[in-house]
Amino acid sequence: MTLGSTSVIAGIGIDKHYGAFQVLHGVDFSANKGEAVGIVGPNGAGKTTLFGVLAGSTAPSAGVITYQYTDITATNAAQRCHAGIARTHQVPRPFLGMTVFENLLTAATNGAGLTGYEAEAFAVRALIQTGMSPLANRPAAALGLLDRKRLELARALATAPKVLLLDEIGGGLTEGELHQLVTLIAQLKDDGLTIVWIEHILHALLKVIDRLVCMSEGRVIAQGHPKDVMSDDEVMKAYLGSELEVAL
Amino acid sequence: MKISSQVNTEGFSTEHWYQVGRPALMVGGLLFLVLATVPFWGSGLVVDKLTTLFVYILLAVMWNLLAGYAGLVSVGQQAFLGLGGYFALRLVDIGMSPYPAFIVGALICALVALVISVFALRLKEGEFAIAMWVTAEVIRILVMFDPIVQGETGTSLLAMNQYAPELRRNINFWFGLLVVAGMLGLVLWLVNSRIGAAAQAIRDDEEAAKSIGIRVMRVKQIIFVVAAFGCALAGSLWLASSVTFQPRTYFGVQWTVFMLFMVLVGGLKTFEGPILGAIVFFLLQEFFGDYGAWYLAGLGVTAILFALYAPNGIWGEWQNRKGVRFLPTGVTLTLKNKE
Repeated sequence: MTLGSTSVIAGIGIDKHYGAFQVLHGVDFSANKGEAVGIVGPNGAGKTTLFGVLAGSTAPSAGVITYQYTDITATNAAQRCHAGIARTHQVPRPFLGMTVFENLLTAATNGAGLTGYEAEAFAVRALIQTGMSPLANRPAAALGLLDRKRLELARALATAPKVLLLDEIGGGLTEGELHQLVTLIAQLKDDGLTIVWIEHILHALLKVIDRLVCMSEGRVIAQGHPKDVMSDDEVMKAYLGSELEVAL
Repeated sequence: MKISSQVNTEGFSTEHWYQVGRPALMVGGLLFLVLATVPFWGSGLVVDKLTTLFVYILLAVMWNLLAGYAGLVSVGQQAFLGLGGYFALRLVDIGMSPYPAFIVGALICALVALVISVFALRLKEGEFAIAMWVTAEVIRILVMFDPIVQGETGTSLLAMNQYAPELRRNINFWFGLLVVAGMLGLVLWLVNSRIGAAAQAIRDDEEAAKSIGIRVMRVKQIIFVVAAFGCALAGSLWLASSVTFQPRTYFGVQWTVFMLFMVLVGGLKTFEGPILGAIVFFLLQEFFGDYGAWYLAGLGVTAILFALYAPNGIWGEWQNRKGVRFLPTGVTLTLKNKE
C-alpha cells in the first residue's frame, strides 16, 4: 500500500456515517500520478460516497484526504477543482439553462481559470475530445441521458484536471461508443492524467486500468492487479450472481 | 457521434451577445436619447408618470437578476428599497445635497446587503425567501426607532423644496433615466460575464457548480449586493418624486408582490421580460390602481395564472414561439471544419 508517499491523491482511514448508518468504514484509497485505478463493487458499496469525499462534496466523518502530499481534508469542492481534481456525477447534473458549449465554457473559466479566447479554445477541445461538437449549441435541457453523461465527462475535462474521477460513464453506451470512450480515457492517461473510474462494465474498465479496487459494504475488500482481484474469493462472494461472472 | 483523441482546436469562431444584440442595443441607445428630451416637449404629468415607470423597471430588473438569473427568490427586497430612502434622508439631514445623497445612500445600502448576505445566503430556497422578509420587517422596525422618522408618522425630504417644482420634476426624471440606463447596462454586462454564467450554473445545479470550481458564496454575494443597490436606487428615486417617507409604505411587502408580478408576467430569466412586465404593471396601476384590495388580489391571481400556464411570461412565450432573440445571453459556437 502506498499512501501519501507516491500517491497524487489519497484517502486514509475514511469513515462516513449518516446518523447511525455507516457508509464507509476506514477506507484507505490512493492513486499514483498517471495511474488508472478502477473501482468495482455491488450497489451500495460506498463507491460514489468515496468519490464525494475525495472531490470535497461530502465531508468525511473521520480520516484524511491528501493531494500532492498536502492535507486537503478541510478544503471545499471548488478549491479541489482549482487544484486539479475533477469528477463526473453518476446521475448527470448539467446546467440545464445553458447550451452544451456554455456548460463547458463555464467550466473552463471557473475550473481552469482561463479567460477569453483561451477559455473558448479549451472548451472546444473538450467538445471535440468527447465527440460533442455537433451538439455544441444545443440547450443541455434538450439532451438525452447518454449525451448528458457525455457532457459530464466533457465538463470535467474543461476544468483542466490532473486527477479525473469518473462515476459510471460507460453505462448504456453501444460497443462502438464504449470502444471510443476507452480510447479517449487511455489517451488522457497517456497525457499524464490520473484516472479513477467506477464502472460496472468490467471489460471496458480492464482495457485501461493498472489497478483494481473492489469495495463492498463500505470497505475495500481487495485491491491490486485486476486479474488477482477478480479471482479473489471474497470478491467472487460479494459479486456472486452479478456481472463479474459475465465479464470473466 | 465520434469520440476523438486527436484534437484540433483551430478553426472555430464564437458569437457573443453584444454581436447578436447590436441592433437591439442601438435601438435602446436611441430610445435613451429620445427619452432624455421628454422634459422639453412632454407635459409635467408625462414626465412624472415616466419617472414612476423607471422605479418599476428598476425593481423588476433587480428582482429578475436575483431570482431569474441566480435562483435567489427573495420576498424581502423592500428592505433595500426602504433603506435606500432612509439613508438618503439621513445623509441629507447631516448636510449632503439630495442627489449625491441618493447615490451614497444606495452604496451604504449595498454594504448593508453585503453584511446581510453573510447569513442570509447560507439559507436555502424557502428559508432564504422568508428570512429576507423577516429581515425587511426587522429593518423597518429599527428605522421607525430613529427620531427623525417619527415612528409610523414618517417624515419628508424637505431639502427637495430648494428646487422649483418644475425643475425638481425634470431633474428627478433625468436622474431616474440615468439610473435605469446605468443599471440595465450593468445587469446586461453582469449576466453575460463570467459571474453571470457562474450564477446561472448555481441556479441550475449548485452541487455541480461547486464541482467545476465555482465559488458559490462569492458569486451569490455579488448578485445579491448589486440587486440590493438597484432596489436602494429605486427607493431613493421614489423618495425624490414623492418627497414623503413612511416606513410602512417603503418597507411594505406589496413591493414584493409588484416585483413578482412584473417579472412573472413579463418573463423570468429573460433580459427584456421584466421591462415589459413593468410597463404592463404600470398601465394596470393607471387604470385599476384605485380599486384597492381587489386590485391587489387581481394582480396576485394574474401572477399565479402566468406561473401556471405561461411560466416564461409574455416575452418568454413570444420569444419561444417566434424563435427570435433581441438580447440573448451566452455564446454561440461555430466550428469551421465540421466532422
